[in-house]
Amino acid sequence: MLRYIYGVDLHKHPLLRDTMFRDRAIQFHERLGWDVTVDEKGEEHDQYDALNPLYVIWEQPDGRHGGSMRFLPTTGRTMVNEHFLHVTDGVRIESPLIWECTRFCLAPDAGREVSAALALGGAEIMANFAVEHFVGVFDARMVRIYRLLGMAPEVIGQVGEGSDVLAVGLWGWDDAFWPRTLNRLGIERETSLDWFRQSFSAIPPTKKRILEAA
Amino acid sequence: MTDVLESYLDRLQQATTLEHLQQSTEDLRDHYGITHVVYHWVSSVGEQYGAGTYSTDWVDRYLERGYVRVDPVVQGCLHRFHPVDWKQLDWSGRVARELLADALAHGVGNQGFSIPIRGPNGQFAVFTANHSCNDLEWSRFVQANMRDLIIVAHDFNRKALEFEGKRDLAPSTTLSPRETSALTLLAKGLSRAQAADQLEISEHTLRVYIEAARHKLGALNTTHAVARALNAGLIVL
Repeated sequence: MLRYIYGVDLHKHPLLRDTMFRDRAIQFHERLGWDVTVDEKGEEHDQYDALNPLYVIWEQPDGRHGGSMRFLPTTGRTMVNEHFLHVTDGVRIESPLIWECTRFCLAPDAGREVSAALALGGAEIMANFAVEHFVGVFDARMVRIYRLLGMAPEVIGQVGEGSDVLAVGLWGWDDAFWPRTLNRLGIERETSLDWFRQSFSAIPPTKKRILEAA
Repeated sequence: MTDVLESYLDRLQQATTLEHLQQSTEDLRDHYGITHVVYHWVSSVGEQYGAGTYSTDWVDRYLERGYVRVDPVVQGCLHRFHPVDWKQLDWSGRVARELLADALAHGVGNQGFSIPIRGPNGQFAVFTANHSCNDLEWSRFVQANMRDLIIVAHDFNRKALEFEGKRDLAPSTTLSPRETSALTLLAKGLSRAQAADQLEISEHTLRVYIEAARHKLGALNTTHAVARALNAGLIVL
């Protein structure tokens, strides 16, 4: 299932959290060879993990991480505005209607459905929170991966050559995305909305009706 | 409808005192035809500041009772950056139930939609639309107005930062060269496609540059952003 978890709440899901940071080390350090920091536990963390981002995580049936991505509002600190202004023609991409999406990561054994599920999570965020765009930074290999997954971003600008290319890109709303993705996952929209509501409701299920009763 | 909202935002932009901010919450309440509109800044040391249409009785009671420490709306928005419907919050504890009953008795509506705002250095505020109605009516209202309410919320926060003498912390209102070119071309009547073509960027990229400019200008939409940029002399035709 998909879970939407803020950084401050990750401790409630220790297995999911630990396997996510480990899979990030495998993907970004071992497979893509990015200059990222891996700690003694074999986990990859960066400074943006400390800013209480919202993680969208695919949880496998055994409770482990299947894939994830990380969101931060562009009205606060973001990777793109702190490090990549030279790629965006000096435009600081800042708006409550644009969130930054980084650290898109798949577990080594993740099936194709996991990336579809993550894309669905992004679309639910847009639909439910009036977010109009996601902005992100990625390298040439990630562009190919995104394209294979049918979720190619629109590249705003890029620097570097060949395999050293770093690009800033955008994802926008796409009506055609919904039926295609739900179909691929074999679920109804209602299932996706249930996952979403479960994550964002602070209410214990048994105590739901108090506001209406009041 | 949108034009009216734009004029209220223009009035908010002109605000120089807390009374003006107060007037803006009343404007918005009447514009949307809802029970209350409230902007509530809570500092890290628990100081509070704001403007809104809640009765002074309720505000006094809220402060006197120290409700901010147990208010599910404040607590539920504190470590979040997505807009929150009050129905998602946990009102089940005894203190929260008492707060809710007390609020309703003081004319606060049963439905609420709150937008957390994070400024520089951990600054935190909540902007709330509140109403008395059933769930269906409320979800329709929220769906129809969420985007605009998010924009309005950030406009209030920009003003509040300005009042607190933190103008330098509020989003900058100087446009980058790219933003200036994009808005200038639109002001000249070019379509988005034409403007993107002329700037040799994709239409998608242009939209995001315009969105960045819109946010800086505190405008409701592109047309409004162009008008504000012209008024402020940031673009010249």
